[in-house]
Parts: sequence; C-alpha cells; structure tokens
Amino acid sequence: MVATTSPVPQKIDLEVKSNARWLVMPIFLTVVGIALWAWVSAQELDSIEQRTLNAGELTARVIEHLQLAAVSTLIVIALAVPLGILATRRAARFVAPVVLMLGNLGQAIPSLGLITLVVLAAGVGFKSVIFGLVAYSALPILRNTMIGLQQVDQTLVKSARGMGMSPMQTLLRIELPLAVPVVLAGIRTALILNIGTATLATFFGVQALGYVIFQGIQLDRTPVLIVGAVLASGLALLVDYLAGVVEHVLTPRGL
Amino acid sequence: MTATDQIAGPGASQAAATTAEPMIRLEELTKSYRGQKKPAVDRVTMDMPRGEIIVLVGPSGCGKTTTMELINRLIEPTSGRIHLDGEDVTTADPDTLRRRIGYVIQQIGLFPHFTVGENIATVPKLLGWDKARIGNRVDELLDLVGLDPAVFAKRYPKELSGGQRQRIGVARALAADPPVMLMDEPFGAIDPITRERLQNEFLRLQQQVKKTIVFVTHDIDEAIKLGDRIAILGEQSRIAQYDTPANILSNPASTYVEDFIGSGASLKRLNLSLVGDVALDTGAATARIDGTAAEARDTLESSGRSALLLLDGQGRPQRWVDARDLDRADGDLRRAGEPVSALVDTGATLSYALNEMLTSNAGVALVVDGSGAFQGLLDFETVMVTTRSIQRDSSDFYRAAKAVTD
Repeated sequence: MVATTSPVPQKIDLEVKSNARWLVMPIFLTVVGIALWAWVSAQELDSIEQRTLNAGELTARVIEHLQLAAVSTLIVIALAVPLGILATRRAARFVAPVVLMLGNLGQAIPSLGLITLVVLAAGVGFKSVIFGLVAYSALPILRNTMIGLQQVDQTLVKSARGMGMSPMQTLLRIELPLAVPVVLAGIRTALILNIGTATLATFFGVQALGYVIFQGIQLDRTPVLIVGAVLASGLALLVDYLAGVVEHVLTPRGL
Repeated sequence: MTATDQIAGPGASQAAATTAEPMIRLEELTKSYRGQKKPAVDRVTMDMPRGEIIVLVGPSGCGKTTTMELINRLIEPTSGRIHLDGEDVTTADPDTLRRRIGYVIQQIGLFPHFTVGENIATVPKLLGWDKARIGNRVDELLDLVGLDPAVFAKRYPKELSGGQRQRIGVARALAADPPVMLMDEPFGAIDPITRERLQNEFLRLQQQVKKTIVFVTHDIDEAIKLGDRIAILGEQSRIAQYDTPANILSNPASTYVEDFIGSGASLKRLNLSLVGDVALDTGAATARIDGTAAEARDTLESSGRSALLLLDGQGRPQRWVDARDLDRADGDLRRAGEPVSALVDTGATLSYALNEMLTSNAGVALVVDGSGAFQGLLDFETVMVTTRSIQRDSSDFYRAAKAVTD
C-alpha cells in the first residue's frame, strides 16, 4: 500500500501570508492612536475641554464602555447558546420558531427605542442598559448557534450514535465543536452590536464613550467630539479584531 | 467431488463448520412507520452464523439499510426480537449495545476535527480504556489496514485520500474488537479501481479478524465477491433467497432472484471457482531451459504434443517451443520459441484465468503455485466443461425443485 504525502511546502507559504494578515489591524490602530494623541496635544484646550480630555477621565469612560459590552455579551451567550442548542434538539424542535421570533423582535425594534422601553419599565442605570443590550443582541448568537448545529453533517451524527455515543456525548464531542466557528461568528457579531449600541447608554445615566461624544455635541467642543468618536470607533475595531483572533484560535483543527 | 462442491469455495466449507448458535438471530423483525400502510421491514427472520460475511443485497428502497440499522437499533423495531451472541438485546441499552458492534457507513463519517488516531480511539475512549492501551491499539489497527502509524496517526481526515479514509473507517469500527461489524455500502463512493483493491484487502483482513459482518450493498457482483452468504431482499426487506453465492447462482429460488442476478450468471459463477479446484491438464511436455535442444526434442516427440514448455531451475515456466523452433535453436534454448503468457495462480478465479487466456491470445493458461512453479495447463475446454457441468447440475436441481412446488 502506498502512503501519499500531503503537499506541505505550499501550506507554509500560505501560513506566512495569513500570519502577516494578523498584523494589519494592530498597526493601523496604533497609528490612529498616535495621530489622535499628537493632534490633541497640539490643541490649546480650554478648561471645559480639559475636564473631559484627560487620561483619567477617558480611561474611566473606556472601562465603563467595555463593562457594558462585556457583561451584556456574556449574559447573551449564557442565554442564547443553550436556547439555540435546545431549539435544535429533536424533542424540543417545536420551540425553535418561538425562540427565533423573540430574537427577531428584539433586533427589529430600533435599539434606542428598545432601551428606552426597558428604562421606562425599570428606571435608568447600568442594569436597565444591560437588559436592553441583551435583548438587542440575542438574535445573532441564537441564530448562529442553531445554524451552526443544523449544518453539522448528519452522517457524522449518525456515525457517532452508531458507535455508541449517547446524545449528550454526541452533542459535546461532535456537534458543538463542529458548530464552533459559526457560533463564534455570532458571538462576534453580538459583541460588535453591543460595543456600538453601548454609546447610547449615556442617555440612560451610564457614562460610557457615548458620554464623551454627547458632551462634545452639547458643549460645542469639536476636539471632545472627535476624541469620543475616534475612541468609540477604534474600540469597536480593536474588539472585533481580538474576537477574530479568538475565533481563529478556538476553531478546531482539521476543519 | 461434484462440480457443485467444487465451485462452492471457502464460504460453504466455513458455513458447514459453523456451530449451531448463530452470532445474530433476527426473529420476525418488523419496522412500521406512522402514516405508512405497509411496514418498511416486514417480519424478517434470519440467522447469521459466526465469522461469516453476510451480504444484504437488493434494489434501492427495499429496506436493506433499515434492516441493518435495526440490528444496532439506530432504528428501533416495531416488533420482533434481536439476539446477539445468544443474548436478547431487543431492549438492552442501545449505547452499550452499539459499542459492541462495529459500524461503517458509506460516507465513512470520520470526525473532521479528530485526528486519525482520535477517530480510531472513539469507542475505546467511550469504554474507558487507559491511554497506553488506546495508543497501542491505534498503532496496531493502523498497521493492520496498512497505514504507517508514525505518518498517519496525527493527520486529519481532510489530509487523506478516499481509499485511506475508507481504511481508517474500517480500523475505527474494529477498534474495540467487536465480534460483529455492520457495513453499509462502505465501498459505494469509491472509484472502481480503488474499490476492487479495497475489496481484496477487506477479504484478506477478514481472514485475520474473522468477524461476523453484515454488509449492505445494491451491487450483486460485490455481494458474490464478498459474501459467504447472500440474502437477496425484495420489497419490505422480504428475503427472496438466503444462501451461499454458489447456490444462489446455480439455483435461483425465483424469477425475482434470477432477474436480480441478471444476465451472465454463468460468467459470474466463474468468479466462484478457483483454478486450483478444477482438473488441470498435467500431461504437458516440459524441459529445462538450460538443457540441450536434443533432449528437449526427444521429450517433445515422446509426449506426442505439438509444443513443449521450457522451465527454469525452480520449475517456473519460461518459453513455449515447437519442433521447428528446436531445429533452429542452435543448442541455446533461451531464445527459442516464444515467451510464455497467461500465467495464473492456483488461487485465482476461473473468471480471472479466462480473462487472461482471452487477453493473451494463448488459448491456454499456465497454472503456477505460490512460488511460481508450474502445476499444469488450463484450457478453454476445461473451463467450458466446468461451466456446463455446473449448469447441468443446477438446471436438473432447479427442475426438480420446480416439480415439487408445482
């Protein structure tokens, strides 16, 4: 019997190229950061501008922003992934349409309106904003979990069951690992939605990066507005980049 | 020894030696689906003897795959009993049951995120074997299917060819050394040349592992080649005939079976008889190729044959010479006459021998043993006599059987 060898040299070349790809975004963000800092340093800041544009204040806003996005995304993962799994189980398939409808509803309503409704019901504050973000970003994770599991080759499931894996073992060892890329893509989308929508939190008493932008508009201070906007965008790009790295690392080999 | 015995081959002798207790016994096994008038599988009763390859063959949609999946209860039977190795497993825990039954499907179903080694280790892991034992077993199985463990254990399925994947699929099914294997068209999606090679490997492997194998196919030729016993299934998995390939070819139980075997049953039968089983012409004139032309001529003349076969020191056929060739030989026989062709092993099938004779245009095949030493000649006439005697026997039998039923 002849053992064929796989074409290795070509692969190495591709790997070098794809590794270089990972450097583009960090370099871009660093350049933007330095440019922003240089530009702000060159400005004569008045006292109002100085109150917002200092390291301590900006760091606090960024942290607040990240907290909103992180907490809401974690809650969505904890809710939507199990729901998505449940909705694809043979015995509980009837819940799928209901679950999807709720997710669709959450995303169809404009985010500002949705959070406003939540705040009207529960009052302003961190928790209300989180609730709104969760409702808004549930759909991508829910849908991707379901699609990710549904697109797993059914012959693999049959094979696993035929070899004596229980339904739970089949789910944990075969179906979920194979669904990981699609589920992670959904989580990444939800995270980006939450990072973006978290800027609106300023209207409900949470001072994230939206607060900086809003101050710039209200007080008519262009440097403040620009710093807020660039930070919010840069943060979104950075988080998306990091999520991409995580996705790459967690995708099972062999796929 | 009658002709029917001759063509029965290894399967029949094995069947005769089988103990009374079958490895798998299906009793009145039935599967009905809701909303369908007729059951998909209707009261199938079968005994599958230990260590044999039992082929379920039938047209698509006849329920052969369903029947197979009833055995490991991937499909739960509506009624009837399943016995495995004397034990009623109809209501046993299905997961535990399946770990005792190897399983290969047409798509092979290797897990793409597992390495080859991890794929093979699937069932041993479920059974809780320790790491060292699993590692040894994986290496052993890769060796068994002819793939180097050092090269392949760490590869992923996407890095393998179709034939290699198929071998890994078989290795994975054998991992926990189950007494029974279920194989659903395992060679179905493979090109004809690779399929032929994998089938031969599979038969060789079975010689070593001696499992009870239930094999599903829609290809009657594959069934004849691989099966110790063949069950030809009709609609609703009803058994039209369940017998050795030789008996099915010689005595088809119904017109349905005849139609399913199709034309060329006589040619198919040639697949079942081995060259070593028929009477060879052992009276050929032979001489040593390093001998003299004069000696050779004496032998040829005294034999009364028209040509003489020159053998080397180990008795292996080298060249054909006739009287005129010997006259022109000038003492050196090494360049006299023509080189031999159509060499066949005693283990080859008559079908193969006939094919060799036709392609080499020799009219006669030179039968050699495992080391290549000359055993005798096989000519068209012998093949035809063998075929005819099988036919006559079977048609007598068939007529007799019909007379009883009429």
